[in-house]
Amino acid sequence: MKPEFSIISEWIEPGSRVLDLGCGDGTLLSLLQTERKVSGYGLDLDVGNVAACIAKGVDAIHTDVDNGLSEFNDQRFDYVVMTQALQVMQQPDKVMLDMLRVGRRGIVTFPNFAHWSLRLQLLLSGRMPRTRALPATWYNTQNIHLCTLKDFEELCEALNIRILERRVSDDQHRNGRSRRWLPNLSGQVGLYLLDKPQ
Amino acid sequence: MSATSSTPWPADSVGLVTPRSLHFDQPLALDCGRSLDSFDLMIETYGELNAEHSNAVLICHALSGDHHAAGYHNQDERKPGWWESCVGPGKPIDTNRFFVVCLNNLGGCGGSTGPSTLRGDNGKSWGPDFPIVTVRDWVRSQHQLMQALDIPCWAAVIGGSLGGMQALQWSVDFPELTRHVVAIAAAPRLSTQNIAFNEVARQAILTDPDFHDGRYAEHDTVPSRGLMLARMLGHITYLSDNAMADKFGRDLISGNPQFSFEAEFQVESYLRYQGRSFIDRFDANTYLLMTKALDYFDPARDFDGDLATAFERTQARFLLVAFTRDWRFSPQRSRELMRALLQAGKSVSYACIDSPLGHDDFLVPVPDYLKVFGQFMNGVAEEAGA
Repeated sequence: MKPEFSIISEWIEPGSRVLDLGCGDGTLLSLLQTERKVSGYGLDLDVGNVAACIAKGVDAIHTDVDNGLSEFNDQRFDYVVMTQALQVMQQPDKVMLDMLRVGRRGIVTFPNFAHWSLRLQLLLSGRMPRTRALPATWYNTQNIHLCTLKDFEELCEALNIRILERRVSDDQHRNGRSRRWLPNLSGQVGLYLLDKPQ
Repeated sequence: MSATSSTPWPADSVGLVTPRSLHFDQPLALDCGRSLDSFDLMIETYGELNAEHSNAVLICHALSGDHHAAGYHNQDERKPGWWESCVGPGKPIDTNRFFVVCLNNLGGCGGSTGPSTLRGDNGKSWGPDFPIVTVRDWVRSQHQLMQALDIPCWAAVIGGSLGGMQALQWSVDFPELTRHVVAIAAAPRLSTQNIAFNEVARQAILTDPDFHDGRYAEHDTVPSRGLMLARMLGHITYLSDNAMADKFGRDLISGNPQFSFEAEFQVESYLRYQGRSFIDRFDANTYLLMTKALDYFDPARDFDGDLATAFERTQARFLLVAFTRDWRFSPQRSRELMRALLQAGKSVSYACIDSPLGHDDFLVPVPDYLKVFGQFMNGVAEEAGA
């Protein structure tokens, strides 16, 4: 199991209603259904992923999250989750607000563009950094809105979104002691539990 | 029944099938206020009912369909049943796992009681006196069929287009008897434009001089021109603009304009062929009834027009499938269904298949469609222990 998913699973209260934006093949929801007895839906743009979700017994909606969540009523879900998808959204800020409109809480994970290895690559090579987590070149990447932990936290403040919990980890999602010290330098992935005071 | 290697059909076909007729003596009350004292339903079944009777699925047909969903009636039959792409061993509706029931709906012309069958009371054909039936009436008659076949509960009710509407109605009218619903290229109700198309089709039939107020059988004729026009109109709505252009283009059959009203463009001869071949197999009064059933379909009507409220009582898990180029029942219509099911908090999956044909795509083995459909049906089979 992806360590990222085990952190999310810890955050989610049993029996919750969960919406997973960009759910991929349904691995996370399937896990949450088993471990946390959640109910809910996955949203994905790829029909192959929709089929893979259905194969796992996960309800999947074939849709483009960039087109909004207008089909979902306010505060319909306990958690709206988006793992490693914020950076591919056309308007990440709007998506975050929509997440916390339809859900009581939001969970967002994304690659931290301020990780020391990326900073070092840019400094030494003078080129757009590439890593295992971000392997694409600048011209064909789907990651059009990369950000750092600091950037993300600033956006949360601007949108009046409250950060309830934050974890950072490397790409194996180990939670080493050092990452608590300089998270924006040492963390490869940021995991956030959010809500928005009404 | 399954095919053997010596038979002329493919291994993934159910092969030779034999329809049978079931008689029902219980009166059937209809939405229009009338009732049928007795009726017959023509059915076909594929696969075996398991010991627990838990693996039965019902296939509901669309406007011009019938009970012959899969397989062949004899060795010489050229075309298999209308849903051969999805019904058979190893196909989404896997006849190795499911006991599949398909029927000709009441009012049809495939052998079930309808306008072209004889009345019990006076020995004449029903003709225009056959009551106008609704999707709810069909579901009620299918419920009687279910009891006759000793099926306690459908593992799934499945259909495309008007068939999908019946599947949805099942989940609302008999929530505890409908475990899963697959509604493909369906809609929560017809749009005004849909009704308008149906009305033109009906007027083509009603104004045909050979229609004789529906008593054409007594005059030993058929309103073939009207029925042909109705079918031609229907076929225009079954294909997308692009698919028609790709299929027929603007090519002239003889190469140059002939300045006549003969079929000059390929699409004209296609529509005429489709229209003509329909006359031989379909009944005009039935066509009128089927289009009316479509027009009246509206499961939200009994719930103050609120579809989500209608779905609140359902217990099924739903799969909705739409096709990108379908403009008869566009993906937007399936999304209306999806939204209502989401609001009602029901288990629903939705896929929009990128495919060229349009409404007719639900009959075609589009790979992504078969994959999504097959995965869902696999879940149905697992739950049913099949």
